[in-house]
Amino acid sequence: MTMETIAKTEAPPFLEVKNYRKRFGENEVLKGISFTLQKGEVLAIIGSSGGGKTTLLRCLNFLEIPDEGELYLGGERLFGADEKVKVSDARVREKRLHFGLVFQQFNLFPQYTVSKNIMLAQTLLAKQDFAQKKAAFAAARRSAPKEKRTQLKAEHKKILTEIRSGQKEAIEKKTLSLLERVGLSEKKDAYPYELSGGQQQRVAIARALALSPDILCFDEPTSALDPELTGEVLKVIKGLKSADSTMIVVTHEMEFAKNVADHVIFIADGLIEEEGTPEEVFEHPKSEKTQAFLRKSLEELF
Amino acid sequence: MTFWSIVAELGEGFLVSCEIFFITLIIALPLGLAISFGSMARWKPVRAVIKTIVWIVRGTPLMLQIMIIYYAPGLLFNVRGINNFPAVIIAFGINYACYFSEIYRGGIESISKGQYEAGQVLGMTKGQIFFRVVLLQVIKRILPPMSNEIMTLVKDTSLARIISVIELLFVAETFTLRGIIWPLFFTAVFYLAFIGILTIVFGRLEKKLNYFKV
Ligand SMILES: Nc1ncnc2c1ncn2[C@@H]1O[C@H](COP(=O)(O)OP(=O)(O)OP(=O)(O)O)[C@@H](O)[C@H]1O
Ligand SMILES: [Mg+2]
Repeated sequence: MTMETIAKTEAPPFLEVKNYRKRFGENEVLKGISFTLQKGEVLAIIGSSGGGKTTLLRCLNFLEIPDEGELYLGGERLFGADEKVKVSDARVREKRLHFGLVFQQFNLFPQYTVSKNIMLAQTLLAKQDFAQKKAAFAAARRSAPKEKRTQLKAEHKKILTEIRSGQKEAIEKKTLSLLERVGLSEKKDAYPYELSGGQQQRVAIARALALSPDILCFDEPTSALDPELTGEVLKVIKGLKSADSTMIVVTHEMEFAKNVADHVIFIADGLIEEEGTPEEVFEHPKSEKTQAFLRKSLEELF
Repeated sequence: MTFWSIVAELGEGFLVSCEIFFITLIIALPLGLAISFGSMARWKPVRAVIKTIVWIVRGTPLMLQIMIIYYAPGLLFNVRGINNFPAVIIAFGINYACYFSEIYRGGIESISKGQYEAGQVLGMTKGQIFFRVVLLQVIKRILPPMSNEIMTLVKDTSLARIISVIELLFVAETFTLRGIIWPLFFTAVFYLAFIGILTIVFGRLEKKLNYFKV
């Protein structure tokens, strides 16, 4: 073992999911899923239909709340099913921002242009932020002596105007650079219906990146696409791989998982049946279920 | 009586019809939204109550509702009832709110779950998702059925005549008692003109929302 791998295995995991369980009525979909992920890693999740992959991603994004389990991110406990107090909507939204999700069906907002799709959430967050600052200033003015208030008001107004234009500029700049990253700069004023599926999915990726999530999740990002369009989307996802972008990709594209993932998890019937490096899982699968699944997915190819 | 003096009298009746039309819209458009939220409420008793009300209101003639609201307080409880115009407004407001609520509900439920979820994972609040993401798509979807319903309202205003609100048809009828029949036919000109304008307005609105597809 080299120094580097030792350091890596001993570093506390960036993401730690412990014993996630989720049932819908009588149907237990996740039966105790635990895994860890380091910062900058790409995790590929494979598995047959109905195994619970989508449910797992939805639980990570708090679209579903697990019945059991805990989640740690960067050492912070983000979720624990044992917490008795009901978390507020605002708190759930805050937690969600740690994760991004790219849907199978893109789910772009049809009434907004490409760039507005990417900007919307940022703009709304900036507005909240601005309102808070404004309120803080107003409170400061109320506690200031009367004779100073008008002067303070003018100063505050100036600062607030600067903040607002600063926000606007930052958002626009970020949006343009994201569009460039997904290769759609020239489509920024197009509406979603004017784009191909592959282009729509690339916009959806840019939209998810706009809030700089700690972990970006993809739920079969190419399975709603015509085969000739999957390549461009996979290429973009591959291009996102870097030291500080951590990704979880549910995929049926075995080649992609092999080439891009650092770690692969095979989920069957709500349990992790096999996990390891791509080489371990694809070349030397231990479990019979994994072997059968891989054989079947190979057959489908030919 | 000259032609123009009769038309002027009809015009006054028409203004009352317009009043009924616009006040009803002002009440029923937002009230309908509230009712549609009620009919989709998570709490079952609320849903049941709202659905029963909508069933009763849509299941009985508007004319009957007008008469009940006008006569019932006096005859059943021996209290002084309301005047005829407010009675008409209450009946129309509730009736149309119920019809609108079903159109709204259909529109809201036709928006895919994915739109809400996309908003959620982007950290939006429920209100932001409704107003920034869903609403315009709903409006686009419900514009055709709404324009139908609103055109029906134009013609339904004539029902107010049953409790002697002096609207267009009521005025025209007074002339028949004096042996002049043509004003009755002439009312159609007012209704047709109004519907014509609405057709143009809704056509424009639909065109305006044509820039995107849902
Ligand atoms: N909201 C829900 N209510 C009830 N059952 C659900 C719900 N969501 C998922 N399920 C069930 O959970 C099981 C797992 O579904 P899930 O979508 O997580 O599987 P998956 O691994 O993503 O499958 P696929 O490869 O087909 O996308 C299925 O049996 C499904 O019917
Ligand atoms: Mg799935």
